Amino acid sequence: MTNYLEFEKPLAEIEGKAEELRAMARANEEMDIEKEAAALDRKAETMLQDLYRDLTPWRKCQVARHPDRPHCRDYIEALFNEYTPLAGDRNFADDHAVMGGLARLGDMPVMVIGHEKGHDTKSRIERNFGMARPEGYRKAIRLMDMADRFGLPVISLVDTPGAYPGKGAEERGQSEAIARSTEKCLSLRVPLVSVIIGEGGSGGAVAFATGNTVMMLEHSIYSVISPEGCASILWKDAEKMREAAEALRLTAQDLKALGVIDRIISEPIGGAQRGREDTIRAVGKALEVELKALSEKKPDALRKDRRRKYLDMGSKGLAA
Amino acid sequence: MNWISNYVRPRINSLFSRREVPENLWIKCPECGQMLFHRELEQNLHVCTACDHHMAITPRDRFQALFDGGIFVEVEVPTPVTDPLHFKDQKRYPDRLKAAQKSTGEKEAMLVAEGEIGRTPIVAAAQDFSFMGGSMGMYVGNAIIAAAERAVALRRPFVLFSAAGGARMQEGILSLMQMPRTTVAVDMVKEAGLPYIVVLTHPTTGGVTASYAMLGDVQIAEPNALICFAGPRVIEQTIREKLPEGFQRAEYLLDHGMLDRVSHRKDLKDELVTILRMLLKQSPAVRGDLPAPETTLPAPAKEPSTKEAKKE
Repeated sequence: MTNYLEFEKPLAEIEGKAEELRAMARANEEMDIEKEAAALDRKAETMLQDLYRDLTPWRKCQVARHPDRPHCRDYIEALFNEYTPLAGDRNFADDHAVMGGLARLGDMPVMVIGHEKGHDTKSRIERNFGMARPEGYRKAIRLMDMADRFGLPVISLVDTPGAYPGKGAEERGQSEAIARSTEKCLSLRVPLVSVIIGEGGSGGAVAFATGNTVMMLEHSIYSVISPEGCASILWKDAEKMREAAEALRLTAQDLKALGVIDRIISEPIGGAQRGREDTIRAVGKALEVELKALSEKKPDALRKDRRRKYLDMGSKGLAA
Repeated sequence: MNWISNYVRPRINSLFSRREVPENLWIKCPECGQMLFHRELEQNLHVCTACDHHMAITPRDRFQALFDGGIFVEVEVPTPVTDPLHFKDQKRYPDRLKAAQKSTGEKEAMLVAEGEIGRTPIVAAAQDFSFMGGSMGMYVGNAIIAAAERAVALRRPFVLFSAAGGARMQEGILSLMQMPRTTVAVDMVKEAGLPYIVVLTHPTTGGVTASYAMLGDVQIAEPNALICFAGPRVIEQTIREKLPEGFQRAEYLLDHGMLDRVSHRKDLKDELVTILRMLLKQSPAVRGDLPAPETTLPAPAKEPSTKEAKKE
C-alpha cells in the first residue's frame, strides 16, 4: 500500500484506476485491458515527474516527513557492517529517539549517531517520534567523545521534528544538553559528516549537524522552526504554513545557495519513499566520497576548519 | 491608512522623544500592582521597590549601573547583510527592524561594551528584549563574536546578560546557525583561559538557551526569570497537563542543578567582581561605588547616546 500525500491525490486516482483494471482482468480472462492499463501507467509516471520536478517548499515538508521515507535505522542496516549499538548517557537513561554506536562503513570503523522516528505506531512511540530528550544528546556527546579519543570519523544522520518539549526534558536540562552537543561537534578532531535525511528540526538538529560537511537529501528540510509554528507566531494562523514554508527558506536548494550546507544528494523521481534502496545507496556513496576527502586533513585542521566555517557562515544573503 | 497616518503622524511623534516626555511617570508593577515613580524605579535598577520583582532593563541602563562611574566604551559590531532571506510575513522584515530601531533607539538586539567593574576590566554584552524580543540573528551572532574576540585580545573576562525569546525567525536558517557560531565564540574565550560568565535574565528561551546562554563557566540568573528551551505553553500543549508552580523559573532551575546562583540585580555587580577576581587570581576587590577609572580608558569613542545625556 502506497501512502499518498495530499498533493499526490490525482496520482493516486490514476494509479488506483490502473490497479482496478488489472484486478478486473484477473477476474475475467477475456478482458483485454493491458493497453489501457499501460496508458494509465504512462500517464501516472508523467504526472509523478511533473509533481516532483518543482516541489513547493510546503510540499517538500510533506515529503520530508513521509512515513515511508527511509529512516536512520534503515540507513544503518543497509550501509554499515558490524553495527554495534552503544546505549545510555551514564546519568539517567537511554533515549531511544537517538541511535548510535560503532559500525563499519565498508572496512572503515566509524561512530554513527542519528535520530530515529520509528516506522509503525509501536516503534514511533518507543522512539518518541524522533524527538530526543537530554539523555539522547548526552549519549551522542559520549559517543562523539569516544570517537575523538580513538580517531574514528563521526557520521550523523539527522531526522527530527525537534527536541522533545516535555516537563522532564526541561527539568533535566534540554537546552544545556543541546548546547553541549553542538559544542562537542565543534571541538572534534575527527571528521564529522552529517546528512539531513528527512527533517532537520531546529536546535535538536543543530546538536548533531554541526559538521565539517553537511549534506541534505534533495527533498529534506532544515529549519529554525516548523512552518506551522512559524505561521502561528508570525501570521497568528497555523494554516498559513505554506507561506511560512516559503519564507523560511528551508529547502536543500535554498540552504545550498546560502552556504549553510555543502552538498545535495539527489532523490529518485517521486522522492526517497518511492526509491528507498536507491536513496540509501546514494547516501552511502556520498558519505564515502566526503569521508575520503576529509581523511586527508590533519586532526587540528579538521577542528579549525569546522569552526572557521561556522564563524564565517551567513556573510552573504540570497541573491536578490 | 492614508498618507496622513503613515507619514505625518510618525513625524509628529518623533518630535517628542520617549525620554523627554515619559509616557508614564508612574509605572505599575506587573507583579504586585504597586504604583512606582519612574525615577525611583530607575534608581532601583528597574526592580520593584515594593515586591522586588525584576522588570526589564535596557542594556544601556544596565551598563550604566554596572560599570564603574557608569562609564563604558561600546565595542563595534560588524553590520551583517540586512534581511538575507528577503523575508516577508504580514510585514516586511526590514520594516519590523526599522520599527524596533525607532522604538528602542538602538541599532539591534545586543549591546557590547568594555569597561571596568570594581576596577576589574571586562568585556560585557547584553541582550535587549525590547528589540524584537531580543531575538538572535546574524547581528547578535556578530556581537557575541566581536565581544569574544575583544575579550581574548585584551585578555579580559566576558560577561554576558541574556534575554531573548530565541532565534529570529525572519532570518530563518541563518538565525539557527547562530547556535554553532556563538558556541565557537564563547569557546574562544574559555580556551584562552578567560572566564565566561552568563547572567540569565527574564526571559531566556529557545535557541539562545540552547547555545551560548548555557555554556558559561558560571551561570547566574536573576530572580524569577523564565529560562527554558521550549516555552511553558508549548509543553502544556504537548503533554496536556498543568505545569507545576514556578516551573522553568530561575529558582526551579537552581533546584534542578542547572544554575550556580540566583542573584538579586542589586547584588550582581559585587558578585561578578568577587567571582571574576578569584578566577583571575587577583586581590580582593575594593567595594562600593567607584568613580570612573582615570587613566585606563580614553573618552568614550562615541558620543554618549542621547538617552544617557538626557538622563542627567
